[in-house]
Amino acid sequence: MQNRTEPVIIVKNMVKKFGDFVANDNLNFEVYQGEIFGFLGANGAGKTTAIRILCGLSSPTSGKMRVAGYDVYHQAELIKQNIGYMSQKFSLYEDLTVYENIRFYGSIYKMKTSERKARTEEMLKKLGLTAYENRRIGDLPLGWKQKLAFSIAILHNPKIVFLDEPTGGVDPITRRQFWNLIYEAVEKGITVFVTTHYMDEAEYCDRVSIMAEGKIVALDTPINLKKSYNASNMDEVFLKIAR
Amino acid sequence: MNRFRAFLKKEFYHIFRDPRTLIILFGIPIAQLLLFGYVMTNEIRDVKIAIVDHSRDDLSKRLTQKILSSGFFKLATVPASEDDYERLFKSNKIKEIIIIENDFAFHLINKGKAEIQVIADASDPNTAQLLVNYTTAIANDFVKDEFLKGQNPPGINIKSRMLFNENLRDAYNFIPGLIAVILMLISAMMTAITIAREKETGTMEVLLASPLKPIQIILGKVTPYMILSIINALMILVIGIFIFKVPVIGSLALLLGEILLYIFLALTLGIMISTFVSTQLTALAISGFALMLPSILLSGFIFPIKNMPVPLQYLANLMPPRWFVEINRTVMLKGGGLDVVWPNTLILLGMSVLFILISIKKFKIRLQ
Repeated sequence: MQNRTEPVIIVKNMVKKFGDFVANDNLNFEVYQGEIFGFLGANGAGKTTAIRILCGLSSPTSGKMRVAGYDVYHQAELIKQNIGYMSQKFSLYEDLTVYENIRFYGSIYKMKTSERKARTEEMLKKLGLTAYENRRIGDLPLGWKQKLAFSIAILHNPKIVFLDEPTGGVDPITRRQFWNLIYEAVEKGITVFVTTHYMDEAEYCDRVSIMAEGKIVALDTPINLKKSYNASNMDEVFLKIAR
Repeated sequence: MNRFRAFLKKEFYHIFRDPRTLIILFGIPIAQLLLFGYVMTNEIRDVKIAIVDHSRDDLSKRLTQKILSSGFFKLATVPASEDDYERLFKSNKIKEIIIIENDFAFHLINKGKAEIQVIADASDPNTAQLLVNYTTAIANDFVKDEFLKGQNPPGINIKSRMLFNENLRDAYNFIPGLIAVILMLISAMMTAITIAREKETGTMEVLLASPLKPIQIILGKVTPYMILSIINALMILVIGIFIFKVPVIGSLALLLGEILLYIFLALTLGIMISTFVSTQLTALAISGFALMLPSILLSGFIFPIKNMPVPLQYLANLMPPRWFVEINRTVMLKGGGLDVVWPNTLILLGMSVLFILISIKKFKIRLQ
């Protein structure tokens, strides 16, 4: 089993302001090695802002943050080498083939060619995409693209992978398959930080934090959350909190 | 594979797999060259002219004969009076009038200098310039033939006037101007669009979250366009020099250096535009209006800057192509060196630095 007490993300008093608007109001949480951490909240609650800061895409106003053991302010480059990121928008190149996309992302993470080739083969086999290696991404169905984007985001074996609404617009069956991929990644020791709008997905997480108006208003396991809010599922919990 | 090489490879895939990009990169320069080239290659043969010989002496008659036997010109009419000139031009009966002054032979022999006036229909400026050039050449030839043995050969002073377009642009000017416009189009517009595309599709976020530094991303994005811009510039130069016979009187090395500087400037401008926009369409619109129109209209490429209203002249001074076209003309057509074009060179350098500073500032704000 993974060591679930070792924090890989430490966030203390994180504040992010845009002028007078407070997008992240004093966030505090830790994410442990090997867990699936769900980051929930209504649109505009500040999820994406927080995820962008942790990935080094945006700088915080104040607070102490460490990601994968490195300081967000001074060691952003080291953080970037140790994380994977899949953005809200689709993140592969439509006019490049499956293979060309993999090769490109592999090389910007400085993967060794032999290592990349071995992993690529394994990954395509698992996804059932071996025959589509030379197809352009634009020709593939959305579900396949999302699964491929996730697989590429963890190709370089990062410590943590950040997924910003990875399953938007995908059918329930593909979402289920997508989550199987996430479980497989966790088994390899990768920590998963995921934002989502789907409450059934929240049930799959080890722990869930719920944001409202820039603050974290709840943070616990799905079971405990349901208990304390006297709800039968996460959907009810969410509605009770984020009314 | 090396990161930078992988990045370049990806960029070239984008370029060569997108027909629209290819058309802009190679179709437009070729189309523009052909368009201007077509205007340039007007053949001069049996052009209808009028000759007014006020002198009617032996030499003036022989000169008339030489002009008409050259094959380039054909006598259409002999105007009765000066009042006829404009009517003849307007009714398209003639393209040029050659007026030989009184006492032509006397002036030529005794004073060593005689005068001929040439009036051309410059509503088609390129042809008009060619007609005047041909006439001048024939007159000079004529003097050489007639006074070969003389110690001090006399000269004919040709006073030309361009009707309907007094500020005739030099027929050679289109190549220097065209380089400015095409490089602006490819380097700046394509750079702005390609970076905006990464933003629009969301891949920019992924690149920024990767270990690649922003400067590496930008270099990877612009290097292919830099290479293609250089190829395009060389292509235009070669076609201009060998097909349209545009001279390069000044230093070719200096010219190439200035072209490189201008490409660099255009790339920084493209990068700057891309920091302000988030979609390809806005990038296209901004570069289209902010780059293309001014680089054609306000660069002095077609319309001389000194004839513009003063406010427009100030506006033109803000346009990078305006300074580059001047450099090009000075170096190519007048043979000027760095001692002449250094102020323009400094201005282009200064503009590049400014664009880079603004881009960095904008980029930092975005990350905050």
